[in-house]
Formats: sequence, structure tokens, C-alpha cells
Amino acid sequence: MKEISYYPGCSLHGTAREYDDSIRGVLSLLDIQARELEDWTCCGASSAHCTDEDLAVDLAARNLAIAEKSNRELLVPCVACYSRFKVAENEVKEHSKKSRFSYHGNVPIRYSLDFFCDEPILDEVKKKRVKPLTGLKVVCYYGCLTVRPPKLTGIREYENPQHMDRLMEALGAEPVQWSYKTDCCGASLVMTRTDIVRKLGERLLSMAKEAEADCLVTGCPMCQANLDMRQEEFEKETGEKYDLPILYFTELMGLALGHKDVKKWLGRHLTDPVKVLSSKGLI
Amino acid sequence: MDLNQKGSSFLSEVVQASGETLQACYQCQKCSAGCPVAFAMDILPNQVLRHIQYGHREKVLSSKTIWICASCYSCSVRCPNNIDIAKIMDTLRTLALHSEFKPGEKDIPIFHSAFLDTIKSKGRIHELSLILQFKSKTRDFFKDAALGLKMYRKGKIKLLPSKFSGGKEIKEIFNAFEKGART
Ligand code: SF4
Ligand code: SF4
Repeated sequence: MKEISYYPGCSLHGTAREYDDSIRGVLSLLDIQARELEDWTCCGASSAHCTDEDLAVDLAARNLAIAEKSNRELLVPCVACYSRFKVAENEVKEHSKKSRFSYHGNVPIRYSLDFFCDEPILDEVKKKRVKPLTGLKVVCYYGCLTVRPPKLTGIREYENPQHMDRLMEALGAEPVQWSYKTDCCGASLVMTRTDIVRKLGERLLSMAKEAEADCLVTGCPMCQANLDMRQEEFEKETGEKYDLPILYFTELMGLALGHKDVKKWLGRHLTDPVKVLSSKGLI
Repeated sequence: MDLNQKGSSFLSEVVQASGETLQACYQCQKCSAGCPVAFAMDILPNQVLRHIQYGHREKVLSSKTIWICASCYSCSVRCPNNIDIAKIMDTLRTLALHSEFKPGEKDIPIFHSAFLDTIKSKGRIHELSLILQFKSKTRDFFKDAALGLKMYRKGKIKLLPSKFSGGKEIKEIFNAFEKGART
């Protein structure tokens, strides 16, 4: 059985519990063992890099130093954590920055979406798929930091990424084209400038509706929380009814692979995904 | 005009702290054209660069723009001169926090400090502690209260923070930061 290190990050212990549960669920169906980093701490997220560069590098490096003690690759599901780790790695490796921890940039840091889109995993998914998501139209929403900046993420098609689209095809779903794949949803301002976030969120939701999507798929806990939990508020503001489920890609993987807990994960959403999935006969 | 010769100390300060050669900016405005939050800014990203070149320290460090920037890196990947504007925004926020100027946005820097306080005391972000900390600093207790209740019902709010034992190391990180000098 393949083993990987796993850094859940703070969101997955709170608002994004269903992301954590569905990742663990899918990994076990793929015979991959996730070992949670012992005694991990917050990566510092946007508040550290908005305040002080050394602080940001140290908060990330503490976790990377723990991961470096083993030779396993490190799976990171939250894109804010992933971005902070890649910045710290780059500072240490390319700019010889010293952190206060014994970290040398030797652990492969993998963002969850990239990890599950590796060819061998996609092949395995196709083989193990028990319920193809036939007839489900999805818009793939990558957001900002999953692809940018490409010098850190290594994503070549950063203006029009395709990997999540390929994963959705492997599950049997139909990714529909839209031009908002990598637009920002403004989630970092959600507590402070709700007015800005509302504008960005409303545009994403109405564009997804215009593309005639049944749901929006993401791998970012901030985007998910923002678009799912504030959807009703956006609806009140615009007078439009979006009713657009915001799903983690791992929830759809779990559904196609026949995981027994899918309903439990979906039950945590504020914008109900069960209705549309059952109308397609998928649940 | 040779901006280097004109010698703006603010320009060299930003160049040095960010490591970016922002003298190369030729005002094509691509950064601002693709910025998702430009509509809420008081000076556009390309204008920020121009003001830095001219040494307008107060204008830049007391702007709303540097706090509203969502660090999405759209500008950085599109700049024809490879200027990492998102990184410059980080540098400007740090300089602003150390400056004598009042921040152009009230709540955003308060949020960041509440966030860091939560890491300092709990090691991880316990969302409920963060929200309470932020609200006690802004005294706005009613905003989003109904949403909070809905989240609680969906099991999305954890009442107690998780335990961790890396407290000593976290303390050291913050001690160094608060002293402003790292060993
Ligand atoms: S895209 Fe680059 S060169 Fe163009 S205005 Fe912005 S910073 Fe200057
Ligand atoms: S990084 Fe900031 S300035 Fe640049 S496009 Fe994004 S929000 Fe605008």
C-alpha cells in the first residue's frame, strides 16, 4: 500500500470537514494510506504573508520540517496552505533563505487536485468507477492559487487549465466550458469586505448558470465556503435564484467510486446538492 | 527620464525589500485590466507602481489598494516585464504596518492581526476563536450571526480548538517576529 504524508490544515478541521472526510475516503478506496503530520500547526495563510515575510516562511517551514523527516510526499488539500508551502520552499531553495527549522526543500509538496490528476491515479479511478456520473454537467472552478503563479505550481496551462476537466471526464461527468475557471472569488476578504466578495461571487454563480451547469466543482475550501454558504445572501441581493451546489472534486470522486459516506458529506452543504444529483439518478 | 538617477528613497526601499525591478514598468496597464478587485481600489495597480517610482510614500502606504489586493497573482503572471506585483503588494503592506500612516482600510489589518493572535495562542486557526477575536476588535457582533447559526447546525463549527504540543516553537516564531529581528 502506498503511503503519503497528509497536512489537512485548519479549514479541513472546521468548515471544510466534508473535504477532509471525502479525501480520506477516496484515498482509502484507492489503497493509499494517509499519515497525518504529527503536531502540525497553521501555515500562516494570507495573514502572515500580508504582515511579515520571515513570519510567513517560519510558520510554513515548521510543518515542512516535520514532513521532511520521512521520505513520503506531502499531500496538501487546501490551496492557501499549498501556496504558502510552495513560497517557503522556493525561498529556502532558490533564495537560500534561512528558516529557524531544519527544512531543506526536499519534500515533494503536492496539491490534492494535482495529485489525483496524475495519470496512474486517473487510470485507477476509471478502473474502479462503479457509478459513472452520466448526464451531470459541471463547471470546473480552479480559482487563483491552484494554478498561479506557474513558476511555483508548475501548471503550464494556467490561463485555461484542463486537469480537473480530465478528472471529471474520468468520472463520467460532462465538464462544460466557461471563461471563469481561474477568476478570483475574493474569499480572503470575506470577513472584512463582504461587499467586494458579493460582487465576485454573484458573477461566478451567474456565469456558471449561464453555462447551464448542474453544479460547480472546486478543490479550494475558501472558494467552496464562500460560494456555498453565502449563496443565499447573494440571491437576496440580486433577486436571482442560483441554487447551484458547490462540490469538492473529491465528493464527486467518492460518488463515482461508490463510497458509502457520500450522503453524509453532502449533508453538510448549505446549498443542497442532493436534489440535483438525485434528479440525475446518481444518488 | 532616468528614475534611478532621480533617486527616490522610497523606490529603492521597495525594490530592495521586494527584490522586484519595478523600474521596468512601462505603464501598459495589463495588471490593472485583469485585477478582479480593481473596482474597489482607490489607486489601480499600475498607478501604485508609478507612485512608487515617483517616491509618493504616503499616497501608497495609506492607500486602500494595498489591503484590498486579494493576492490572486493575475497581475504577476500577465506583466510583460515579469514584475511580481502581488509580491510588491506584500512588501507594501509590511512597510505600511511599520509606517506612521493610518491604514487605508480599517478592518482588513485588524483581521490579519486577529488571525495571527489566534495562531499564536492556539497553534492552529480555530475558526470560532478567530471570529470572536475579530469581532471583539471591531465591535460588530451582529454581522453574519444568522449564517453562523446555520453553519453550526450543519456541524461546520467546532466549539473547542484542537490540542497541539508545538507551543514552544510557535512562541519562538512569534517572539522573533515581535522583536522585529530574526536570529
Ligand atoms: S503589467 Fe507590468 S509593465 Fe504593465 S503596467 Fe502593470 S506592472 Fe507595469
Ligand atoms: S494580486 Fe492583487 S493587485 Fe494583482 S490582480 Fe490580484 S488582486 Fe489585483
